[in-house]
Amino acid sequence: MGKETLIVENIGIRFNLGINAKGYGFQDMMKKFFKAGLKKENEFWALRNIDFSLERGDRLGILGLNGAGKSTLLKIIAGVFKPTEGKVIHKGKIVPLLELGAGFEKQYTGRENIFLYGTMLGYSKKYLEEKYDEIVKFSGLKKFIDVPIQNYSSGMRSKLGFAIATIANPEILILDEVLSVGDGRFRRKSEKKIHKMMEGGTTVLFVSHSLEQVQRICNKAMILEQGQIAAFGGIEEVSQIYAQMLEESSEKE
Amino acid sequence: MEHFKAFWKRRTLLWELVKRGIKLKYRKSYLGLVWSLLEPLLGTAVLTVVFGTLLGRGGKDFPLYVLCGRLFYGFFSSSTKSAAKSIRVNASMIKKVYVPKYLYPLSSILFNYIITGISLFVLIPLCAYCGQAPSLHMLYAFIPFALLFLLTYGCGMILATVTVFFRDMEYLWDVVLMVVMYTSAIMYMPGKIMESGYAWILKYNPLFGVITNFRDAIMGKPMEWNYLLMAAAYGIALSFIGTFLFYKKQDDFILAL
Repeated sequence: MGKETLIVENIGIRFNLGINAKGYGFQDMMKKFFKAGLKKENEFWALRNIDFSLERGDRLGILGLNGAGKSTLLKIIAGVFKPTEGKVIHKGKIVPLLELGAGFEKQYTGRENIFLYGTMLGYSKKYLEEKYDEIVKFSGLKKFIDVPIQNYSSGMRSKLGFAIATIANPEILILDEVLSVGDGRFRRKSEKKIHKMMEGGTTVLFVSHSLEQVQRICNKAMILEQGQIAAFGGIEEVSQIYAQMLEESSEKE
Repeated sequence: MEHFKAFWKRRTLLWELVKRGIKLKYRKSYLGLVWSLLEPLLGTAVLTVVFGTLLGRGGKDFPLYVLCGRLFYGFFSSSTKSAAKSIRVNASMIKKVYVPKYLYPLSSILFNYIITGISLFVLIPLCAYCGQAPSLHMLYAFIPFALLFLLTYGCGMILATVTVFFRDMEYLWDVVLMVVMYTSAIMYMPGKIMESGYAWILKYNPLFGVITNFRDAIMGKPMEWNYLLMAAAYGIALSFIGTFLFYKKQDDFILAL
């Protein structure tokens, strides 16, 4: 491995819609369990032939319409999904921030969740204790830190999630739509934080529907279309292609 | 070896999850962890009144007899139930961060084990109450207690795996637990059954074996090694099957959640 922190090698993932289809008969259950007899025509490749690599400090924006496979790709890189084919090679710690709210325990208070979620991300207890004040300060939730998370708004939850996930400088940070939830002030604050992390050499993978935001943060971009890479390269070039794509698709309508 | 290293790296997370189980169980209750002592005591009192006083069964040490069985069965039932649910309950975490998934059922069994460990202290006042003098046999009590964990771990892992794909298992298991309870001789003396032709129903229930041995140890009687050996065989086989099944199916969990 050279300078690359993340190598995605020819990844593909195949889903079978049958596994989630309603079928409560005994036979359906058995089929689900043994994965046998699930109809072939229900199968589809959510992603295929995804092959790219990123270097230290790269910020990759992933663009694409709904259902293009953006979140699935991030989940594979985060290790939540196992790809049907291909593999992901990474150097160092990956910190994922998928969807809003992270993996919180609803009955736990903010304080308890900092330690639980921090441990899940692989930080030691001692480290979290050291950084505790910083996390609380960044999230701006000092007043609510001893309130159970179930009483938090979704914005508050994602603020806390972001604050925990970005407390260290992980080698790879995965952000799925997280920056679009908080209020304007928090959004600016978190963008600033990401910029600071990038200077520290963190590689960022970033999904957003806002092209403008991607342009502001990323130096590279990728367009996914029906599970395949439609374009990959520098941000300027790719965002031009993307703007064109959007225009074409709206003309069709 | 590699698996063990990975496990060792995650020990702090396992402990966090165990702590969560204990904390959430007693959250917002006034007496908190005191319930782990109070509940077995009160439960034993009820059973002693019903079966001892009203139905006139058992002797002076009947409360001690009941308590031993209840503690073991209580652990088995609550941890297998929470292991069965563990993947579903933690779905939101499983979908967001990668963590070895066996930590979820394992932690739910472990936290119940710790609570049961605390509950065992109730035996001290009850031994005094029933006039049970301390004896060397009591030292053997840890053997059935360890085997109980092995049995529960095996069942728990199997249930955790199957329940993801077959939710009805949660309800079906309640029925199975009822059968286990009545064939473990918790509230009655098994003497009559053991002499009848139905003795096999109890003999082949590994929980009956560990409970009987634990009770014997506490009541100052020697171990019945053939029961222990059988329970150990069950425990090893179930743990092996459970671990294997979980390992094989864990990557599919996320698709079925």
